[in-house]
Amino acid sequence: MPVILATDIIIYLVFLVIIAGIVLARNGDGYLSQIWQHLKKNKLAMACMIILVLYGLVALGDSIRWRDKIEPAPNATVASSKTTIYSANAHSLLDRALSGLRAKDEKTFSAPLATKLFVKETLEITAADGTVKTVREHPPLKHPGSHLLGTDKVGGDVLMAALKGVRTGVVIGTGTTIIIIPFAILFGVFAGYFGGWVDDLIQYIYTTLSSIPGILLIVSFMLIFGSEGYQGGVIKESDLWFGLFVPSDRLFWLCVIMGITSWTDLCRLIRGETLKLRELEYVQAAKAFGVSNIKTILRHIIPNLMHLVLITFILQFSGLVLAEAVLSYIGIGVGPEMGSWGNMINTARMELSREPVVWWSLVGAFIFIFGLVLPANIFGDAIRDALDPKLRLGRK
Amino acid sequence: MFTYITRRLLYAIPILIGVNLLTTLLFFYVNTPDDMARTMLGEKNLTPEIVENWKKDHGYDKPLFINTKEDGLSKVTQTIFFQKSAPLLWLDFGSSDRNNVDIAEEIRGRMWASMAIAIPTFIIGIATFLTFSMLLAYARGTYLDIWGVTLCVVMMSVSALFYIIGGQFFFGKMLKLFPISGYDTGLHAAKFVILPVLIGVIGSIGGSVRFYRTVFLEELGKDYIRTARAKGLAERTVLFKHALKNAMIPILTNVVVSIPFLFYGSLIMESFFAIPGLGSFTIDAIGSQDFAIVRAMVYLGSLLYIAGLILTDISYTLADPRIRLE
Repeated sequence: MPVILATDIIIYLVFLVIIAGIVLARNGDGYLSQIWQHLKKNKLAMACMIILVLYGLVALGDSIRWRDKIEPAPNATVASSKTTIYSANAHSLLDRALSGLRAKDEKTFSAPLATKLFVKETLEITAADGTVKTVREHPPLKHPGSHLLGTDKVGGDVLMAALKGVRTGVVIGTGTTIIIIPFAILFGVFAGYFGGWVDDLIQYIYTTLSSIPGILLIVSFMLIFGSEGYQGGVIKESDLWFGLFVPSDRLFWLCVIMGITSWTDLCRLIRGETLKLRELEYVQAAKAFGVSNIKTILRHIIPNLMHLVLITFILQFSGLVLAEAVLSYIGIGVGPEMGSWGNMINTARMELSREPVVWWSLVGAFIFIFGLVLPANIFGDAIRDALDPKLRLGRK
Repeated sequence: MFTYITRRLLYAIPILIGVNLLTTLLFFYVNTPDDMARTMLGEKNLTPEIVENWKKDHGYDKPLFINTKEDGLSKVTQTIFFQKSAPLLWLDFGSSDRNNVDIAEEIRGRMWASMAIAIPTFIIGIATFLTFSMLLAYARGTYLDIWGVTLCVVMMSVSALFYIIGGQFFFGKMLKLFPISGYDTGLHAAKFVILPVLIGVIGSIGGSVRFYRTVFLEELGKDYIRTARAKGLAERTVLFKHALKNAMIPILTNVVVSIPFLFYGSLIMESFFAIPGLGSFTIDAIGSQDFAIVRAMVYLGSLLYIAGLILTDISYTLADPRIRLE
């Protein structure tokens, strides 16, 4: 029985858009294939793209989920065995692929690739002659050498936790912008195209929104809406629509509020560009021919804004991923049951005061964040260069 | 210029009303005044009278936006929204809902700690960013520039949490140079201030240096620079005398907006380093659902933002005499 979260749809959308872009570029859309030709020359950008695709695939794998059927108990009555019961846990493709790793849990901390547990325990060792000695020793692991990044306090694999954080990071990085794009285009184009009181009203709305300190808005919004809907972990029946769709989850609300705090920049950018476009000859010509406003906007204005949207989408990505970690860390991001690098860092920070230091959880999370944000930054710069020659500064 | 500033200030009023409207809507979306009274009183055997009394004492006994019981103008004025928002316009913050603390008093007491962190971070930050970015622009195209930009991209890809936790661990725990977190009054505060300032600067060095470098490079590509070079001026003179002055507009756009916020402090840094400033004050208030404090701080924040925008415009006229505010 498949289960779809609101945030899963975001991931599907991102992939659909990318696939559509590839198809268009292959079928000779001049603009897109031009960008592609430009990108292909940049080896570093291509390497970064491959890393980003890998992250994306992990996120996609973690967004395809279904609930298993629970076999009715043998002594169940006939009536109850007729209705199929599904497990409350909707494991994703990623969960299932990593089930081997999940099963290999230890008692508590162990260093990366260690063969022994990190803490000492009182062990009873039977010597060769049959005498039993009690010693304080590091007990051997159940699965020595199989934890690439070690294990955490409850013995869970750190690599597994870090991989589970990928989806959260990718959803925040892409979903936030995807949610705001329609609104930013609508408001920005209307303000720029119609001017007058429409412009005044829209400018008033975004000045008001941007004058509230962003972090305050996020904190108060999450305190109100964050507790609604799916929080991660077991899915409650009350959160499900028709047994397969979860319309509201905490991560989705986080995307919404991050979007509200960040849409003003894109809106302002689009408004300014529309103001410029409005005065161009071909738009004036369309007006002179009596083309309706809506048609002019759809055919002449919006296609010429798409490069701004794409640039914003890519440049905002890394900042949003970093912000998610900070928000989850201070406890207003995703819930503790949903994998997130911020949550990992939060639990791991306490262990820094141990002697010797438990560093691998923290380092694991930071490597995963860095591994996503650095390629995103480099790739974003390459795309911006390819899209907007005006912004190609300081290059010869 | 005077008329310009007056107009901008008048334009600020609808924005501030909008901000208050939004805060009130957000806060009362799930929380009715009754819920609020119950959380604040927190007693087990609450009678409706106690709740009503609390609401009356704190001014939450009226309808939210429109009072249908009144006539004329009082329809709008005899509401929670109007009664609570109007005094804010003349900066009367009132007292907190929970302990009846005077909010203005509290802000005056806490702002020093916020400023002790924010002002050094700001000044040292600007000086560092401008120095490095001018160095990179001066050495454009060389290995120094290429590696410098690469380092910037790497540094801006590292999570802020890494700088904070890593800094606390390395300087605080391993080298034992500074206390990990906390604050003290007077001159003793110095040793608590150094670490957050240092981390604050290092954390934003990557993005800022890269940004200012592009600003300088754009300026260096212009015709008047070519003229200056053609005259035979030293590259240093070109960079500091000609380019820096003309790059002031984009720099000011970025810098001046944040000046009023120096007093507001940084929410994130304050909560990490346990600084008893305005940032932690706000976070605590949100946690304890104290509407009065949240409203005051949000209002103050937007006021400072608007002040920042006006200051930016004024600073333009100082940097570039061609710009007139009308």
